[in-house]
Amino acid sequence: MTTLPLLSLRAVGKTFDNGAIALRDLNLDVREGEFLSLLGPSGCGKSTALRLIAGLATQDRGEIVWREGKRPEIGFVFQDPTLMPWATIFENVWLPLRLRGVSRADATPAILETLERVGLGDFTKAFPRELSGGMKMRVSIARALVLRPALLLMDEPFAALDEITRLKLNRDLLHVQAELGMTVLFVTHSVYESVYLSSRIGVFTQRPGKIGVHLDVAPPGPRDEAFRMSPIYLETCRNASRALEEVMGL
Amino acid sequence: MKTFIAQRAVPALVFLALFAAWEIIVRINAIPPYVLPAPSLIGLTLIEDWETLSLSLWVTLRITALALALATGIGVALAMMFAQWRWLERSFFPIAIILQVTPIIAIAPLLLVYLDSSTAVLVCAFLVAFFPVLANTALGLASADTHLRDLFALYGATRWQEMLLLRAPSALPYFLGGLRIAGGLALIGAIAAEIAAGAAGRGAGLAYRIVEAGYRLNIPRMFAALALISVAGIAIYLLLDILSRLALRRWHNSSQKA
Repeated sequence: MTTLPLLSLRAVGKTFDNGAIALRDLNLDVREGEFLSLLGPSGCGKSTALRLIAGLATQDRGEIVWREGKRPEIGFVFQDPTLMPWATIFENVWLPLRLRGVSRADATPAILETLERVGLGDFTKAFPRELSGGMKMRVSIARALVLRPALLLMDEPFAALDEITRLKLNRDLLHVQAELGMTVLFVTHSVYESVYLSSRIGVFTQRPGKIGVHLDVAPPGPRDEAFRMSPIYLETCRNASRALEEVMGL
Repeated sequence: MKTFIAQRAVPALVFLALFAAWEIIVRINAIPPYVLPAPSLIGLTLIEDWETLSLSLWVTLRITALALALATGIGVALAMMFAQWRWLERSFFPIAIILQVTPIIAIAPLLLVYLDSSTAVLVCAFLVAFFPVLANTALGLASADTHLRDLFALYGATRWQEMLLLRAPSALPYFLGGLRIAGGLALIGAIAAEIAAGAAGRGAGLAYRIVEAGYRLNIPRMFAALALISVAGIAIYLLLDILSRLALRRWHNSSQKA
């Protein structure tokens, strides 16, 4: 049974004002409920693809087709937590609702529930500067989730974090996705992260970016510490690395 | 205790020692008060002439405060309009710069031709205080984090939501920095204009007292008025500094202890 993808990028191209070609002829289907990673070197246009999908920029060529005919609710997580330093954690997570005209009182249940989900239930009154890098990223994820988006876009969200924090956040992110069931499109330059998280990986070529290789990450089983040690994980990492080298022309 | 001595007591002692040296030099050399009055004589003059001087202090402070309030209101309003409509900024910012770079002491005599002296002094103080508020606030409003701006766009924020919830808070530290500069400048602008007014024989503020006392060779009173101006300037600075710390205390790096 084939169902229509949540969205399809068809022959999408984007050239910046300075003449640099970010994307050329990008084709990509994002299926509902999947965790799709875009893997590639820095500056290959992965982030640009996310911005086009979010509607923060417009493509010059090609089209983005949505299954519902229009863009669904989208959450966006940037590489840095991008919190408002003058606002409490509660107020930062309130922002998406507040911009839609939802009052503090009406928003409170959703905010508390979402903060609880990312493990920050006790920090509602704290200010961002009082939190560690990993906790700030959790707030950023909570803010992206508070509207219950159908699609979560993440642009190298854990790249600046230390290894241990990153592993924890990877695990918790999979938990949250399993609970909420949203589709995730995740940009990264880490082979290991992409293999651990994803059900599918699109390997980007060097700029101008398009997808050189698609990889399926086999087991739909639990992603835990045992998975990190399993032969299938290691083999997929090897394949992904090889694919990356290939598209880079190494 | 040790830090208290190093941070407060030593600077205070140095300050007192300077005054003591001044007093001693004047007394040993028997310098006449019309050349250089001793600090004790200046203090005495402050007390004896308090009635006149306090009235003048009040006049100067009132004008400075009013000018600062006007500069803040108009500067912030203009900066917000500049941020919303770029053509407005392109048209009016050059005018603000021209007003800023022209020395106020050169504008004051002209204003005194058209306006009564207290209005002229107010306008002068406003003109010098207004620019740092406008320039800093405009810079702050334009400095909002680009990713946060993306986020506001993603959630379909209106221009006014973006202004109130993102740009205005981002601009607050910049605005407060401008305000602290503007506080000192408002006093300087008022004093400069009062000197010009004093030269025309009109005026009531502290600087006018200086000019007047100078004509009468009342040097101790000149010093006494000068001391009051300094104290007023320091008080304005401290007040705005406290305001700034209170406003930013929870979130901004500048208000954090090391």
